[in-house]
Parts: sequence; C-alpha cells; structure tokens
Amino acid sequence: MAEVKTKGEVIFNRAAVIAVIVALVVMLTPIFWIAATAFKPRNLATTVPPTVFFEPTLSPFAKLFTKRSQLREPVEQEVYDNAAWWEKLIYDGGEQVVRNRKSGEVTSSGFGNRYMNSLIVSVISTLLAVSMGTITAYGFSRFRVPGEQDWLFFILSTRMLPPVVVAIPMFLMYRAVGLHDTHIGLIILYTAFNLSFAVWIMKGFIDEIPREYEEAALVDGYTRLQAFWKIVLPEALTGIAATAVFCFITAWNEYAFALMMTSKNAQTAPPYIPSQVGSGLSDWTVIASGAFLFLLPVAVFTFLLRNHLLRGMSFGAIRK
Amino acid sequence: MARIELRSIQKFFGAVQVLKDVNLTIEDGEFVVMLGQSGCGKTTTLRAIAGLETVSSGTISIDGREVQDLRAADRDIAFVFQSFSLYPHMTVYENIAFPLRAVGMSQDQREAAVREVAKVLGIERLLNRKPSALSGGDMQRVAIGRALVRRPKALLMDEPIGALDAKLREQMRAEIKRLHIARNSTSVYVTHDQIEAMSLADRIVVMHGGLLQQVGAPEEVYNRPANLFVAQFVGSPVMNVSGVAIEGGAGAAVLSFGQGAGIPVAGGHVGHIPGGKAVKLGIRPEAVLLRHEPGEGFVETTTTNVEPLGSHEIVDVRLGETTLRARVEPGFVADGQRVWVGLDPQRAHFFDGETGLALRRTA
Ligand SMILES: Nc1ncnc2c1ncn2[C@@H]1O[C@H](COP(=O)(O)OP(=O)(O)O)[C@@H](O)[C@H]1O
Ligand SMILES: [Mg+2]
Repeated sequence: MAEVKTKGEVIFNRAAVIAVIVALVVMLTPIFWIAATAFKPRNLATTVPPTVFFEPTLSPFAKLFTKRSQLREPVEQEVYDNAAWWEKLIYDGGEQVVRNRKSGEVTSSGFGNRYMNSLIVSVISTLLAVSMGTITAYGFSRFRVPGEQDWLFFILSTRMLPPVVVAIPMFLMYRAVGLHDTHIGLIILYTAFNLSFAVWIMKGFIDEIPREYEEAALVDGYTRLQAFWKIVLPEALTGIAATAVFCFITAWNEYAFALMMTSKNAQTAPPYIPSQVGSGLSDWTVIASGAFLFLLPVAVFTFLLRNHLLRGMSFGAIRK
Repeated sequence: MARIELRSIQKFFGAVQVLKDVNLTIEDGEFVVMLGQSGCGKTTTLRAIAGLETVSSGTISIDGREVQDLRAADRDIAFVFQSFSLYPHMTVYENIAFPLRAVGMSQDQREAAVREVAKVLGIERLLNRKPSALSGGDMQRVAIGRALVRRPKALLMDEPIGALDAKLREQMRAEIKRLHIARNSTSVYVTHDQIEAMSLADRIVVMHGGLLQQVGAPEEVYNRPANLFVAQFVGSPVMNVSGVAIEGGAGAAVLSFGQGAGIPVAGGHVGHIPGGKAVKLGIRPEAVLLRHEPGEGFVETTTTNVEPLGSHEIVDVRLGETTLRARVEPGFVADGQRVWVGLDPQRAHFFDGETGLALRRTA
C-alpha cells in the first residue's frame, strides 16, 4: 500500500520503530539471560562482567533432573568411561549422581514429576474452564436469565479476594476433605479461579455473534445443541483460543496456591524452582535450566495460536 | 406449499403488547407482503410463524395443523433474515447445503439440489467463494437460495433487500417476483417500503401498532384505504388530508376549507356522510386538479411552492386553512402564480374525524 505520508508522519513512524526496538530489548533481555545461563558451565554463570560467548553445555539439564552429591575424590577412570553422556557431564562438574544402594537406580531430583504435574493440572483446568465458561457464557448471552447482572457480578467477585487471603481457609478445607496435595484439588482450584474470567471473556465474544446465525440453523431443522456445535463454536473459535491462552498462563504460572496446597505428589514446577535456590550453594545454571523449560510451553502455545490471539485481543473487532 | 392461518395472535414482551389480535390467512402459493413502519410488529409476526418467538395467545396453523407449540425445526419453514445473511466460515456451496444436511440427505442429492437452486438464481459461478468475497446483491441471492433449497412449506422474508442500494433493490425486486412465479411458494414478505409492497404483493397487509389495518390487493389498499393510517402510509407523494365541513343538502353540497374557501361537489358524492360529525377529507395529489382559467367547481388561489421531480411536479396551493399538494405536468405552473383548484370527487376519500375509519359509500 503506497499511501501518501507527510514528513511529520515519517518522523513519527521512525520514532515508533525505535520505541518498539527499545521495548523489545528491555523485555527480551531477561529471557535471553535465562536461556543463556541454562546452557552455561557453572563457573561462567556468575562472572562479572557476564560472559556472552561460551561453549554451550547440557550439564545444567543433567543436574536439573537428578539428585547429586559432591565427589570426595576423583572418579575412577573405568567408571567414568562406562558412564552415560549426561552422567559424565555431572562428573565433570565435580559431582556424582545419587544412586539407590540396592538397585543402583538414579535418584530423580523430582523436577520431572513436578513438570508433568504442572502440565496435567494446567491443561485439564484450562480445558474445563474454557468449555464450562463457553457454555455458561452462551447461556447468559442468549437466554433471559433472571438476575443476569447480579449473577455475572457474583461470578466476577470470586476473583476479587487476593489468593493469599483465601489460601489459608482453603488449605484447612482441603486438608479436611483430603484434597490436599492431589491433582484433582489443584485442578478444581484453578478451574474455579479461571472460570469467572472465561465466562466474562467468552460472553463478550458470543455477544458478538449475531443471534440470527443460530436462528437460521433452528428454522433449517437443527436443534439448539446442533446449532451451538455447528455455528456458534466455529464462530467463537478466536475467542476460545484467546481465553484458553489466558487460562493456561494463569494456571501454569500460579505460585501461591501451589505452594500451600501441595507438598510432594501434586506439586507443580513454580514452587519447586525457587526451593532450589535455598539449598546449599545455589547452582544458578540449574535454576536457569528449570526456568527455561518452564517458559517453553507458554511460548509454544502462544506461538501456535498467535493468529487467533491477534484477532482475539482486539475484542469485538473480530468481524470485518 | 401450504396455507398459513393466524388466529387472534397476541404477543407481549414483558408488559409491552407488541401484537394485538392479529388474524390473517395466507393462501397456498400466495405472496403476501406485510407493510408497516419500523417497530409495528412485522418481524415479530414473522418470527412467530417461524417458531423463533412464542406467542402469548392465539393459534398458528400450517395446512390445518396447529404449530404454535412446535419447535422451529419441526415447522418446515424457511426464513430470510433482515440482517444476517450467510455464515462467514462456510463457502457459498456449504451455506446453501447447510439446511439439507439437517434432514440427512445423501451427498449426491444435496449436490443436485444446490446446483439446481444456484442455477435458478444465477449464482453457479460463486459456489466456491466465501461470503466475504460477494457483493451485497449476490449475498442476498445466496441467502434466498439457502431458504429455497429445502423446498419448504413457506418462505418468510424479513426485509431481505432493505440494505441494498436503490438500483439493486429494483433489480432484486424483479428477481424475487420472477422466482415466486417460477416456484409458486407460499411467501410472506416484510418491508417498510410501499413500492416493494405494491410491486410484489398478491395481497398487502398494512400493519400499525401491532394491529392489521387493512388486508387487500395492492389496488384495493391504494384506492380504497380502510382508514386514515393506510391512506397516508400508502402512496407517494402522501395523500392530502384535511378537516372539512360539508355544507348544503342532497342536491349540491360544498366542501368548506374555512376562511370562505369552499369547493362545490355533486350531492351524490357526500350523501352517505352522516351530518354533525367531524369529517376528514383525503385526496391524493393526482386527484387535486389545477387549471389556468376559472371553471365549474374550481376556486381561485395561488401556488406557494413548486417541487420539480423530473417526470412530474408537486405544487402546493392554499385552500382556506389548508395546503393541498397537486401533481401536475412539468412546467405547468410557476411558484406564486394564480391558478384555479378543483377536486376529482370520484377519488375523494372521507374519514371519520374521531376514529379515522373510512366513511364508505354504501355499496
Ligand atoms: N425480544 C424483544 N424484547 C422486547 N421488545 C421487543 C423484542 N423484539 C421486539 N420488540 C419490540 O417489539 C416491537 C415490534 O418489533 P418488530 O416486530 O421487530 O418491529 P418491525 O419488524 O415491524 O420493525 C418494537 O417496539 C420492538 O422494540
Ligand atoms: Mg423488523
């Protein structure tokens, strides 16, 4: 498009480009820092000034997934030669993997399980919140619900208390009913937490879909449920994608409840990663590799849905 | 195809009564146009027939079967909406085929039906496009195709071409008429545009305030309006309406417009009007006659405004306390000129000044 621009507009555009670049640098630097540290040897992680060029290593990841102890004396050459590549990386750092005395199995650090827990809890709670939210929003959007405004406000009000305030009573309740440190417990919590958000956002999107879309399907011989499936859902896809990303990020990043409500079985990654900072002399490369893996799903999820998101963020402007 | 009967339909939205005792029979294969201002209840009536709106009381029957409690899906009626036309996420083909998928038709039958309708409407070349790539007229063609493809019992159209520009509207009007003649489907068509109504309808239903004001053939509604509302709503330019006093007796009477201005008419034209009643005269501009010289039944006056409209002109003349608008040939008279005005008594309508009902000559 070759539109005519005034001199002022040209200057403004250049200034805007520079502003965007500055903002990008400010926002991407911490992420770059984490990613770089995740691949550094331990001795280069905390140098002043920071080391920018280095030979990347996977040893932080090898350490992240295993439980280790200091080597008292250098490892025997034969043992070293027979070790797997990742174990060699650990020996190189002056540590050894803790093994079960009888079976000889490697002891896990527990990060893998926590990562899986994060995935399970976030994915399931997102699916639940988005599907229930969409159906609820459809009901509010299309039918006369007595006291509609009050209900919607009530739904929103569930988000008004900060998590810290709710956490202790929730903790006591969860312990009483046996939901403490269970996947189901966290899933229920995150679903409830995200549901209000999902209802509100989805109502906005469904309000935008003309009623006539479904009514046309109804006179054509479809039931309301079929009309919902065949017409409303495809039209609401953009909104659903945007809502899903928001819900997923909220659940994935949640820290306060996860810290309180879980200890071992169902603990997610967010409370685990900082817990490693305090144990002895911190190995920042290990923490960075955990944070790096933790960033990945959100980045991938957002990237895959970016087209829907771009349209979804400009709420309301979905139709030409 | 089917016969649709509405009996004593009432509809309330909360405390507001939108339909007040609507009674109407639509014959098999008939094209009925519901005409009325925005907000008079046309869409609500149509939605009630389709089953998209429940009625508060009354019965709706299709081919003698009461359907007011049936779901929309079970009434076998097609609807062309005022605003919605097509699903943006489907192609034209998929849009037209969508109603057929509901009835579980085989792929081959579906394809044949879609192609047939597309051919009738001249939209075959558009079948693979997305609706966003269509012009407004084509979109409405597809929307009508969508409605017709199922061969429904009746076709309901809610201002289907109201959003198009004037030229396209005229063309689509002709197409809809041709289509109706070809398919002979029972059709109910809603519009606020009286030209559309006059040109399409077998019968016009004039609606106002949730009541049917008059039901009849276009000529009848135009020439014998049942009340003042119909008289003023139908016809362009609008019919002149003015209060008159009828003076004199059986032989010859004078229509007095105040300030001593009166037009004599033969007694036969006003004999049916009961005395001592407030009466309104309605007369269309083409029945207000202007001359350049005096004559029997003509009164001298001057023109106060001339509105040239190309094929004809509308001239305002003062007569007593009212202004009458007359339709004349272009260039017949200039503004502020002296003319003589008369009325065609055959085409004069009289209405009860209180109820607005037509005072008809006893047939
Ligand atoms: N769902 C509704 N709730 C409340 N009032 C409505 C509803 N639908 C229509 N109305 C009212 O009913 C009246 C008639 O509406 P409608 O049938 O759409 O008129 P028309 O199609 O003749 O313009 C209007 O005053 C409108 O505001
Ligand atoms: Mg309407």
